[in-house]
Amino acid sequence: MFSLLRSMWLTFLHAFHKRDTILYPEQKAILPTRWRGRIVLSRDPDGGERCVACNLCAAACPVDCIALQATEDSTGRRYPEFFRINFSRCIFCGFCEDACPTYAIQLIPDFEMGEYNRQNLVYEKEDLLINGQGKYHGYNYYKVAGLAIGGKGKGEAENESPPVDIKSLIP
Amino acid sequence: MATIYIENTPYEVPTGKNLLEAVLSLGKDLPYFCWHPAMGSIGACRQCAVKVYKDENDTKGKLFMSCMEQVRDGMRLSIADMEAKEFRAHIIGWLMTNHPHDCAVCDEGGACHLQDMTVMTGHNYRAYRFDKRTYINQYLGPFINHEMNRCIQCYRCVRYYKDYAGGKDLDVFAAHNHLYFGRHEDGVLESEFSGNLVEVCPTGVFTDKTLKQHYTRKWDLTMAPSVCHHCSLGCNITAGERYGTLRNITNRYNGEVNGYFLCDRGRFGYEHVNHVGRIRKPLVRARLPEATDKLTALQAAAAVFRTGSVIGIGSPRASLESNFMLKTLVGDDNFHLGVSDTDYDLECLALKILKEGAARTPSLREVEQADAVFILGEDLINTAPMLALAVRQSVRRQPALEHISKASIPVWQDAAVREIVQDEMGPLFIATIHDTKLDEIATHTYHDTPDAIARLGFAVAHFIHADFPEVSGLNENELQLARQIADTLLAAKKPLVVSGTHCGSERVLMATANIANALVAKEREAGIVFTLPECNSMGLAMLGGHKLDSAFEAIFNGYADTVIILENDLYRRASAGRVTNFLKSCKNVIVLDHLHNATTEEASILLAAGTFAESDGTLINNEGRAQRFFQVYPTSEDLQESWRWLGELGTILAHDRISHWHGFDDILQAMVKEKPEFKGIEAVAPGTDFRIAGQKIPRAPHRFSGRTAMLANINVNEPKPPVDPDAPLSYTMEGYRGQPPSSIIPFFWAPGWNSSQATNKYQQEVGGHLKGGDPGLRLIKPNTAHTAPYTQTVPQKFQPLEGHLYVLPLHHIFGSEELSMHSPPIVERAPEPYVLLNEEDAILTKLQEGQSLSFTIDGQIYQVPVKISTHIRSGTAGLPAGLPGIPYAELPAWATLNRELKWRQQPQTTY
Repeated sequence: MFSLLRSMWLTFLHAFHKRDTILYPEQKAILPTRWRGRIVLSRDPDGGERCVACNLCAAACPVDCIALQATEDSTGRRYPEFFRINFSRCIFCGFCEDACPTYAIQLIPDFEMGEYNRQNLVYEKEDLLINGQGKYHGYNYYKVAGLAIGGKGKGEAENESPPVDIKSLIP
Repeated sequence: MATIYIENTPYEVPTGKNLLEAVLSLGKDLPYFCWHPAMGSIGACRQCAVKVYKDENDTKGKLFMSCMEQVRDGMRLSIADMEAKEFRAHIIGWLMTNHPHDCAVCDEGGACHLQDMTVMTGHNYRAYRFDKRTYINQYLGPFINHEMNRCIQCYRCVRYYKDYAGGKDLDVFAAHNHLYFGRHEDGVLESEFSGNLVEVCPTGVFTDKTLKQHYTRKWDLTMAPSVCHHCSLGCNITAGERYGTLRNITNRYNGEVNGYFLCDRGRFGYEHVNHVGRIRKPLVRARLPEATDKLTALQAAAAVFRTGSVIGIGSPRASLESNFMLKTLVGDDNFHLGVSDTDYDLECLALKILKEGAARTPSLREVEQADAVFILGEDLINTAPMLALAVRQSVRRQPALEHISKASIPVWQDAAVREIVQDEMGPLFIATIHDTKLDEIATHTYHDTPDAIARLGFAVAHFIHADFPEVSGLNENELQLARQIADTLLAAKKPLVVSGTHCGSERVLMATANIANALVAKEREAGIVFTLPECNSMGLAMLGGHKLDSAFEAIFNGYADTVIILENDLYRRASAGRVTNFLKSCKNVIVLDHLHNATTEEASILLAAGTFAESDGTLINNEGRAQRFFQVYPTSEDLQESWRWLGELGTILAHDRISHWHGFDDILQAMVKEKPEFKGIEAVAPGTDFRIAGQKIPRAPHRFSGRTAMLANINVNEPKPPVDPDAPLSYTMEGYRGQPPSSIIPFFWAPGWNSSQATNKYQQEVGGHLKGGDPGLRLIKPNTAHTAPYTQTVPQKFQPLEGHLYVLPLHHIFGSEELSMHSPPIVERAPEPYVLLNEEDAILTKLQEGQSLSFTIDGQIYQVPVKISTHIRSGTAGLPAGLPGIPYAELPAWATLNRELKWRQQPQTTY
């Protein structure tokens, strides 16, 4: 008997609590920045595509909804020829973001992706690629990697000494 | 056998091995870099350290490099010992100090030995925070990409390239902490086996440049066990596909055939599969549009078949099943082997010698163990490259074995063995029509016409055994050489004679047979190897059929009016005039092929056949080993295996036998029933209904990615996974995850071992046979009782003819083979058309290098730039065989010099 009254009392008290319900969609929810929503591909500080088509996101994806093909420009910089995410399969687990060695693939706080036609949930690179760095600023993979690309020769990356002169005998 | 104790557990291991080999053979994980089963140990990387204890009371132990320590009975060691573990982790930490952060953009990533070993040792985070060493890369040609920053100085590349494969243009430069592995300057790697650097290098210094064009990680490839189609040796390969195109070819270990290595033609010559000139839909030329669907094409073909009298022309580059199906469809009397008449005779003779001769034909592994080799008329590097590599090993091995037995050094102690052997080589005699790349390791070479080579061979046989026919008219040098060869072969335990069809002479084959028989008569364990023109030449010869010329006659004489040509460009088999005439005389020409060529142009009905990557089948290699290859990826129904086209045609025609065959296994059964010599071929690989734990073997690794996205651009609803009706393999990643039987291993992978080094886990003992035996079945048994001379007739001396040249075929690893010449990197390495002339003949004809020579062979006029050589005999000339730009001629043949033309005024580019 007592517990019944107690429950009713507690329920009644809720009438005076702050409301959690918001009037979506007129009012937008405030999502934490680490919210795992729509996936984007970002660019490095120099405006180049961050994605180097290493395939790690695709391998990490538990539902195998990422498919891409690597290609190279004439200077040896690798980038995806196509990059496709089938959002109708995506479970927004964020493994791809964890796996990405270049901060290219990021999950952003946007979940409004509803479509009437499922086919429209297949995003290609032009749908995914944004014009900015996303959540992680200042990182440029090619400044760290040893591979020479256009505008960055051997020994010009961070923490690299100039190329070895193989004819030298000095230690 | 010795007993060793690992973590106090006793294990039986074979003696004579090193600890690392023994430990790996037991299936244990122990990291290593510089050691390679095919190349032995040098102890350069210090990665394979283990703790070895003096006895069971010793608790302290000592660190040993397991690859440098021989197995001793009662040895006690620990892999898991903390000190050993820490030591290994430190070593890899140091190796990684200069290794760049490249994995994401490195082609080796996902199949990288360095990655695997780093994970295995637990070196997860890099402690090194200072500058990394960098290098400038080199251009190494169209096959290999160079990225020197990634090097960990294990020395495997130079040990393989220089010591194992005999290359000269890759070396280690500079000193101490900036060693450089590369060429002395930018340029194409000369070795024909350079592609193996990709697999030998434990990291991404040398990577496959052709894969880079359409890069795919190993885990994303759909792979199937296949057999190389680019020469007669039948090396085992793994072919990988992604998004409907073939991405790369890697080595598939077969302890009896190719071992760990492949030649560059086999590895990089796969682009014909992805070629734009592929026939992807059947064409019926009589209707518009020509491209049609499967049923229409089959009905058109059936209509033609019903009205006409049909002959069939098979192909040495098609599978045994396809040829057998065609033979059954057209009837035995109407089946013609689609090989030139010279090749027909040579192949039949080679098969006859192998079957009736006394000597056994060894596998490539056994060739490596020969201790005296005599090559007659074959330029092995260009006609059977992996055989050349095997011969090179035999030459390296022979003195090594001799010395180490005296010096009591184990055979795997590579540095010590090299030191003691120095430049010594085992006996190798080469008699060829011109100089070859193997000449540099030969004890003695002899360059002359095929007849002279045959005469030398006959003389050798006579000196081995007096009952064999004598050769008269040899000069003193030749006699001395013949005697030397005979003595060497007799002194050897496992003498080997090598010959083949490529110099186009039956007499050379017979001379080889005589030597082999003579050796067996002297009770030597002799081996005989014949190389054949194409991947299934042996199978076709065993299947049997009529000559190509009789097919031509059948049409010309009105015996038949329709021809079915199976995967064959007849313009490579007979002179252009004759083939055109033949095709024009046919009322209907049905062609099955996968690439457009001159023959398919003339086809009235063209059926789109699958390449090796799109079909299942069996090939029989030069030693008579039947090997199965499997379809790598599914195709649309308009593109299918030749045998399936022919089978469906037979079913429409209600052929009394074919219409009862349902599927691949039935064809094999029928073939065995019809041809008892193929017995056992049905069991070369497990049948279609083979399952392990009720499951098929998956072609895709379990990390295969993108399944729900790769076709989503076409339709977001995923299609049903394709089903393979012909093989116990599935096209997806679902299926049995353990080790399949050796003949259907789609890829080598073991937990923790993502690189090709995972092969270790599939072998009975490291570097030995695969578990369950190496795949393939040898169909030819020698007749050891038959040691009489194969023939008594010795050919006459070669007599040059005034105004003529005896034109001999020259073969090129890059250029002579039809299919590989559709790969751009191979084309880049192929020579320009030329004719090779002797110096004296060049003076006589007043020609200099580069000027063009005009001559006529069998009505076909050639005008080709001259190359001058001192090695080819005067009175003969060498013409590249099969090279685009040089019309077909049945070689060897006499060419008439077109003297009326003024040489010097000829513009040089009008050939």
